[in-house]
Amino acid sequence: MTDSKQPIIQIRNVTKRFGKVAAVDNVSLDIMAGEFFVLLGPSGCGKTTLLRMIAGFEVPTEGQILIDGQDMSRVPPNKRPVNMVFQSYAVFPHMSVADNVAYGLKIAGVGRGEREDRVKEALDLVKLGGFESRMPDQMSGGQRQRVALARSLVMRPKVLLLDEPLSALDAKLRAQMQFELSDLQDEVGITFITVTHDQDEALSMASRIAVINKGEVSQLATPSDLYEFPANRFVADFVGSVNIFEGKLIIDEPDKAAVDCPGLGKVYLNHGVTGPHGADVWVALRPEKMYLHVQGAGKTVEAAAKDAPEGHNFARGVIKGMSYLGDITLFEIQLESGAMIRVSRPNLSRHDQEDFTWDDKVSMHWRADSPVVLLG
Amino acid sequence: MAEQDWKQQKRPFAAVSLTPLFWTLLFFVIPMAFVWFYSFGRNVGLTDIDIVGTLDNYKRATEWLYLSIFLKSLAVAALVTLICLIVGFPVAMAITFASEKWRPWLLLGIMLPFWTNLLIRTYALMIVMGQQGYANKGLEALWGGASWLKTLVGLQPMETWEPLPLLYNNFAVVVGLVYVHLPFMVLPLYSALDRLDKSLIEASLDLGAGHLKTLFKVVVPLAAPGIIAGVMITLIPALGAYLTPDLMGGTDSQMIANVIERQFKRANDWPFGAALSFLLIYAMFALIALQGMRKKTGEVK
Repeated sequence: MTDSKQPIIQIRNVTKRFGKVAAVDNVSLDIMAGEFFVLLGPSGCGKTTLLRMIAGFEVPTEGQILIDGQDMSRVPPNKRPVNMVFQSYAVFPHMSVADNVAYGLKIAGVGRGEREDRVKEALDLVKLGGFESRMPDQMSGGQRQRVALARSLVMRPKVLLLDEPLSALDAKLRAQMQFELSDLQDEVGITFITVTHDQDEALSMASRIAVINKGEVSQLATPSDLYEFPANRFVADFVGSVNIFEGKLIIDEPDKAAVDCPGLGKVYLNHGVTGPHGADVWVALRPEKMYLHVQGAGKTVEAAAKDAPEGHNFARGVIKGMSYLGDITLFEIQLESGAMIRVSRPNLSRHDQEDFTWDDKVSMHWRADSPVVLLG
Repeated sequence: MAEQDWKQQKRPFAAVSLTPLFWTLLFFVIPMAFVWFYSFGRNVGLTDIDIVGTLDNYKRATEWLYLSIFLKSLAVAALVTLICLIVGFPVAMAITFASEKWRPWLLLGIMLPFWTNLLIRTYALMIVMGQQGYANKGLEALWGGASWLKTLVGLQPMETWEPLPLLYNNFAVVVGLVYVHLPFMVLPLYSALDRLDKSLIEASLDLGAGHLKTLFKVVVPLAAPGIIAGVMITLIPALGAYLTPDLMGGTDSQMIANVIERQFKRANDWPFGAALSFLLIYAMFALIALQGMRKKTGEVK
């Protein structure tokens, strides 16, 4: 994000306290025009409070929020150039679809002709053309959400805020809407800020993600950076699935490093870590980053180890649990140290999962750049 | 679904509904039927009534003398309901938006008067509104203060305070009825507003509407069922109010229930009292039917 433009939203040292609890704790963020920005975090982490402060429904206890360079401290929600799609959609149940979408335009005093054109345009945009006279209770959840989207987009806001937009939809529809929201954002070019607790949603839609934990920004990064280079244990664990082993940093040079983990053994890396020698660190290793081999067909685990490519790390264990998920199979493996590790394996052929069963001795290896060493 | 299952269980349904049905029949429908028959009867002697099937009682009941009192009762009840609505709506809003900690206490405050006898409440209100009551005393103090201020700046003092005739007139009846019926209005309004999804209000603000526009375009239309329930539940008992006009009203502020009472007691004309009573009941039926019809057309729309 090397954008020379001014950020559309500047959040400066914003703190929000409810009583003594800080829901949002000294957060500073710049959100650029045209971004699809996602605030990701567990429930109660303060992400929704942050979004509501941008909308104007909550007032920061400390700090400042600027929209398009203007301080919003004294600007009420109805005067802000942002619109919100609510988690419950908040479609007015006593108005038809067209009246819902026209609501904001009527209040803004937009003339009838232009109003009707813009309502039609917005409904076409969310693929609800022809639904003008429907009442909300005659529509499905997905359709009501589209009404809420159209109602906000018709106002041509500078920023569209979406509060858990997909949480009430079923899995299939959710996946479809993820694509549609991305496409829509491309089409209208409005900055989207979405709040979600669903990492898949965040990874698939966002241009940038801010992971929020206990009211603070834990990491701000693009989806792939967030997944492949998590900054700390919280992010590694919250985004995706991960094995985390505690250890001590024993080698740390510019081109190599090693961590001695009681659980996993010595883990070698082909890059430096720049942490204090002997420091307590954590090694994070994603389940899909390991290759799994079963002992069998005359091949011992040791032989398999020899088969491991040059420079790979190596470990042994016994299968204690398996769950077949169709596209992949997830293994729970007990390492020789007694610690458990999760390994996933793509089912490349239809019979792949038949090679493995409970209590099989297995070996696994992984590239020296696959683990992430976390200092916090 | 659940309702369907429940409807299929006919026996348990009959078992639980039989007792209250029997109760209603024995102590409401049958006695009311007697009164209904009386309304077609004629007094013979001091205690005997002949049910002769005459419509004379109804003819008399619709004479202007009684009809005007009836219409006046309707007007008073409507005014009381309107005031209750105007006063009660903000109260219900305030309770809805009060913090979790305060809400039960505010609701308790609304319901507290229910726990006291109506007669006692009415007498208490009469103490406040009497010639020497707090209301007049307070106003007198204000008047005196204003007068003193005028002298302070060198103006003539105002005339001496004459206590306002707050009691024993139509004004007192309206105040008393509003006082008694306000909780009936606030509770259904509160329950309707409490059910309202608060994000609808936020959505309206978010789309640029101010608070007043949000109130009239979103809150009031969505609270309509509660408003109608509150209006009915206030209007019907206010129409049949007896105690408040009797105690707080003057000679010209009697309502239809007071007239009915007189027929049963002083005039000892039960058939005529019965006819007046049933006219009142029919009027209430009409109101309820009107509400039912409105609901139906609403559903069709």
